[in-house]
Amino acid sequence: MSAAPQKARAGAEKIDVIVSAVVPLNELVTRFEFTRADDKAFPPFSAGAHTVVEMRDGDRLRLNPYSLMSDPADSSQYAISVRRDDAGRGGSLFMHRSVKVGDRMKISYPVNLFPLDLRGRKHVFLAGGIGITPFMAMIAHLERMGGAWELHYACRNEALGTYVDQLTSRYPNKVHVYFDDRNQAIALEDLLDGQPLGTHVYVCGPKGMIDWVHATAAAHGWPDENVHSEEFLAPQPGKPFEVRLCRSDITIQVGESESLLEAMERCGVDAPFLCRGGACGQCETDVIEADGTFVHRDHWLDDEDHTSGKKIMPCVSRFVGKSLVLDR
Amino acid sequence: MTKFQFPESIRSRPVYGTLEPRPGKAHLMIADAEGAEALLDLATREARLFAQGHIIYIPKTTGETYTQRLRDLGPAQFHVGPTYEASVPRIRRVLSDAHMGLQVYLAGTEGLMGQAQNEAMQAGIPHSAIQTEHRGSVARRMQCVHCKGITEDVVTDPFVCSHCGLNLFVRDHYSRRLAAFQGVCIDAEDPGNLPDPVELYT
Ligand code: FES
Repeated sequence: MSAAPQKARAGAEKIDVIVSAVVPLNELVTRFEFTRADDKAFPPFSAGAHTVVEMRDGDRLRLNPYSLMSDPADSSQYAISVRRDDAGRGGSLFMHRSVKVGDRMKISYPVNLFPLDLRGRKHVFLAGGIGITPFMAMIAHLERMGGAWELHYACRNEALGTYVDQLTSRYPNKVHVYFDDRNQAIALEDLLDGQPLGTHVYVCGPKGMIDWVHATAAAHGWPDENVHSEEFLAPQPGKPFEVRLCRSDITIQVGESESLLEAMERCGVDAPFLCRGGACGQCETDVIEADGTFVHRDHWLDDEDHTSGKKIMPCVSRFVGKSLVLDR
Repeated sequence: MTKFQFPESIRSRPVYGTLEPRPGKAHLMIADAEGAEALLDLATREARLFAQGHIIYIPKTTGETYTQRLRDLGPAQFHVGPTYEASVPRIRRVLSDAHMGLQVYLAGTEGLMGQAQNEAMQAGIPHSAIQTEHRGSVARRMQCVHCKGITEDVVTDPFVCSHCGLNLFVRDHYSRRLAAFQGVCIDAEDPGNLPDPVELYT
């Protein structure tokens, strides 16, 4: 396991932005475009990066990560595409319902946990639903570099095929779309077969799809290093619990619908984070004492760490039991 | 005894493992001399690999000792080459025609494994996905850091650079790109004042 990026401050630096466009793409997905409030150029980002968007929802502060899907070469704007999740925790609903053109917001500097491996001879993208977003930036990047790529994109149906028309008309020979309602499915085994040496595959979509791609590629003899995935987990609600933060010397309550990280922030504790989705390792926290069971949900710690009861990732994981003391 | 346990050293020094059968669509096996034994051992663990296997074997001083036994493993292709250099065009050809799902197994001397690994890396296989197993001679492929010339099969420390004639000290500092260890002049301050050469790892 590699070490987490070394940074003591919580989250990446912030950028003040103005919402320059809100473009509904279909029933569920809307694109939000941002320009900088100070009219300067945005920092360059590498394709696959995400930004954490700060949402002031009444007295609640929501911080959600979204992949940057605009062209990395365009420093005049950043864009994200947000799928409305009616059963979710409310961040995407807030974006859809409350964010209007002209609004001021804060977003973080880009952080890339899903970069292209530019040593690759060819890049095969596998997208499920809203998982298309990082690939929009990757495709723009590779088109400019003259890199070899192909996209296999599974969507529920034509009406929910975000960016399908744009992609198929621009790159008719490289984009392959599969609609669930027509019983079309990515023929993964055939697709992995016969790819030239040095091909990398990237998958972004639901967990089942990610696991399927990793397992199938491994069975076909693909090195792990050539299979890349990104899945942001949203924190799941759970039973409220109490935590003692010994360095801050306070005891806090974690509510049913907030994460441990959010509860710490609400109580004024400057806890580190980058992705808020269990992927980056930044929020890793040592457990001093615990009487109960951990509900680990991150992709960061290994199984051994999970069973040790010595570490927790507060952005997505919870605790059920009598008492928990953390080194924070 | 063809297995040698290298003592722990600096991070730069390559470490080798034991070949294990891995799932794949094709299996490229490159070995020299006693490296054949690693392939024979691999076959005892999973003989079926060899049906999609391509063995490129350089016997060096072992002559006919292993060739028939390797042929008996029934590889799809079996090629015996006189030297590593002579096999390079074949290795490149195999790699350029290969697809993802190819597993690469290297066995034998450090010089062979390092150079073949380099070819496989240039073909797009990450070095960590290439299996290696050291067998046989502990001779090293050395680069003179002064004239950049390569001396093959170095077995003593210090040794004389076969290009510029300097007396070189054998370091564990390794270049994956050159597939060679670095040799540094040992008597620069006081030419001619040098320790007696000793055989490596004795
Ligand atoms: S913030 Fe990235 S793993 Fe928790």
